[in-house]
Amino acid sequence: MAVETKWTFDSETVKQWAEKQEEPSWLVNKRLDALAQAEHLPLPDPDKTSLKRWKFTSFEKIDAEEPATQSFSDLPQEVSRLAGEESEVQNLIVQRDGKIAYHKVEQELEDNGVIFTDIATAVREHSDLVEKYFMSDAVRTNEHQLTALHTALMNGGVFIYVPKNVELQTPIQTIFWQDDVKTGLFNHVLMVTEANSRLTYLENYVSFTEEEANVNVVTEVYGGQGSEVKYGAIDNLESGVTSYVVRRASLAKDARIEWALGQLNEGHTISENTTYLMGDGSYGDTKTVHVGRGKQTQNFTSDVVAYGKRTEGYILTHGVMKDNATSIFNGINKIEKGGTNSHSEQTGRVLMLSSRARGDANPILLIDEDDVTAGHAASVGKIDPIQMFYMKSRGLSQTEAERLIIHGFLEPVVGALPIEAVKTRLAEVIERKVY
Amino acid sequence: MAGSTLKIQDLHVEIEGNEIIKGLDLQISGGEIHAIMGPNGTGKSTLASAIMGHPSFEITQGSVELDGEDVLEMEVDERARAGMFLAMQYPSEVTGVTTSDFLRTSINANREEGDQIPLMKFIKKMDKQMATLDMDESFSTRYLNEGFSGGEKKRNEILQLLMLEPKIAILDEVDSGLDIDALKVVSNGVNSMRSDDFGCLIITHYQRLLNYIEPDYVHVIMQGRIVKSGDAALAQRLENEGYDWIKEELGIEDERVGQSQEA
Repeated sequence: MAVETKWTFDSETVKQWAEKQEEPSWLVNKRLDALAQAEHLPLPDPDKTSLKRWKFTSFEKIDAEEPATQSFSDLPQEVSRLAGEESEVQNLIVQRDGKIAYHKVEQELEDNGVIFTDIATAVREHSDLVEKYFMSDAVRTNEHQLTALHTALMNGGVFIYVPKNVELQTPIQTIFWQDDVKTGLFNHVLMVTEANSRLTYLENYVSFTEEEANVNVVTEVYGGQGSEVKYGAIDNLESGVTSYVVRRASLAKDARIEWALGQLNEGHTISENTTYLMGDGSYGDTKTVHVGRGKQTQNFTSDVVAYGKRTEGYILTHGVMKDNATSIFNGINKIEKGGTNSHSEQTGRVLMLSSRARGDANPILLIDEDDVTAGHAASVGKIDPIQMFYMKSRGLSQTEAERLIIHGFLEPVVGALPIEAVKTRLAEVIERKVY
Repeated sequence: MAGSTLKIQDLHVEIEGNEIIKGLDLQISGGEIHAIMGPNGTGKSTLASAIMGHPSFEITQGSVELDGEDVLEMEVDERARAGMFLAMQYPSEVTGVTTSDFLRTSINANREEGDQIPLMKFIKKMDKQMATLDMDESFSTRYLNEGFSGGEKKRNEILQLLMLEPKIAILDEVDSGLDIDALKVVSNGVNSMRSDDFGCLIITHYQRLLNYIEPDYVHVIMQGRIVKSGDAALAQRLENEGYDWIKEELGIEDERVGQSQEA
C-alpha cells in the first residue's frame, strides 16, 4: 500500500473513508468542514509550553486493520491484564487503533436502555443523539488545529448514554490501545448522562512501542440535571507518542462529576481537563497525578469554570518530576459573574526528585463575582531530608523510602479511583514510571 | 556473650560549626539498660541523633562501633539493619503511607530477600504489640504520624521498636508529653523487650520514666560529656536533689554546652 503523508488527508480521501463507514451525512459534512479549518487554524497555545517542534501529525494513515478476532483470550496479555480476569469483566470495550478488539456488556445495560458502543456504530445507530452532542459545546471543532483535526479524522472511541433515573451498578470500562504507530489515533469519548442517572467509568490509554506516533483524545461529558459521574482514567502511552488530550464536562443543575486522572504518558503530552459548572448547585472535583521522567515535556491544565450559583469546584494536582523532564501544571478556578455563593478550591503540589527536572505549579483564581469563597495552595519541593532520615532509620534504603514517600504523595488520587483493581493498576504504572 | 555491644569513644559532634558533644565515652551491651540524664541544652538529643546518622550533625572526632563494626561508615539504613534503632523525639509525618504499610516495609527491609514476613504473621504481631501499647486499631490504617497527638507519636515510636526488635535501641525523650497512664504503657512496652539480646539507651529529662523502666546504669551529661555515672540510685538522688550538687562537686557553673571553655 502506498505510504500516505499528512496532507494526503484531503477532502476526497476523508469523504470516501467516511462514506465507506456509512457515516450519516451530517458527520461527513462536519468532517470536511473541519478538515478545511484545520489547514489554517493555529495549534493550541498552552501556557508556558511552546509546541513549535512537537509532531502532532507524523502518522501515515487513520484506518487501521480490523482485529482478526474479538475474543478476550486473543488479546495480548499486557492489554487484557488492564481489565483483570475475564470472569471479572463486566462492561468493557477494548479498541486496537480505534477498531473493536473486544466488547462485552452486562444485561443490566440493555435492561435499562443504556448505550455503550463504539463511536463508529453509534454514529450509524444513534445518529441523532450523537449529532446533538458531538463536538458541539464542551469541545468545539474550531478551537484550534488539533480539535479541527479531531473532528475531521476521528477514528476511534465510544459513546455512552445513560437514560434518566438509571443508576448503573456495574462500572463501564474501556481500553484504548495504540498498536500500529503508523495509524494516528483520534479517539472520542462521548458521554451523556440524563437527569438523575449515575455512572462509574474507567478508561486506559496504552501503547507498548517507543516509536514515534500520535494520539489525539477528546472526551465530552454532558451531565444532566442531578446526574453523577465518576470518571477514572489512566493515560500510559509510550515515549514516542506525542499526545493531545482534552477531557471536558458540562454539567446541568445539581449534576456532579468526580475525575480521577492518572496522567502517566511517557512522551510529550498536552492534557487539559475542564469542568463547566453550568447549572446551579453543580459540583466538579478533579484529582490528577502526574509523573514526568526522561526528557519528556508535559503541560497539564485543570480548569473548573463556574457559571451557576452555589456551585463547588475542587482541583487537586500532585506531580512527581524526575530526570530531565519538564512539566507545567496550570490550575484554573474561574467563577463567572452570576456564580453567587459558589466555592472553589485548588491545591497543586510538585515533588522534585531531580535537580535537572523542571516543574512549575501555577494556581490561578479568576473571580468575577463578589459573593463567593475561593482558596488555593501550591508548592514545589524536594523530599524532606529529615523525613528521609526517619524512614531510613527503620532500615529502609534510600530507594525504598523514596518509593513509599512517592506512593504516599500520590495516594490522594490513587485512592480516589473508584475500582480496587484499577487502583492497583495505577500503583503499578506509577511504580514502573518512578523506578 | 549474648546480644550486641555499642561502643562510643571520644565522640565529638558539631552542628553548623558549634561543638555540642565534646569527647563522650559510653558502652552499651545486650541485657543492659542505660539512662542518660541531664538538664536542657547539655547535648542529650544531639548524642542520640548523631549516633543514628542524622544529616544535620557532623561527627568530627571519635568512633562508634557496633560489635566491632564502624557505625560511622554506615548509611543510616545500614545502621538500622545492623540492629540499631532510634525512637525519635519528633518523628516525621509521612502522608499517604499507613503505619501498617510502613512497618511491614521496614520489617521486610530488615530481612533477606525471599524471606519476607508473611502477611498474617505480620498482622498478628502488630495486633499483639498494639494491644501491649493500648493503641486503638485505627492506628494501623492511619497515615504515619499524620495528625497524631504528641502521646500517639511516642506510642507509635515504641510500637516500631517492638515490631523491629533491634539489638540496641536509643529512646530519645519518649516520656516527654506523656501523662502518667501513657508513661506506664510505654514503659511496659520497653520492659517487654528486656532480654540479654537487647541493649537500651534511654535519654530523658525527668527521672519519673526510670520509676517504670529501671536502668542498670545512669549517666549524667553536662557540657557535652558524661560527668557522672552510677546505678539507679543516682537517678533517684537527682530526682530528690536536682543537679546542683553535681555541678558543685565538679566545679561546673553552667552545665550547658559551650559554657566551659570561655572561663
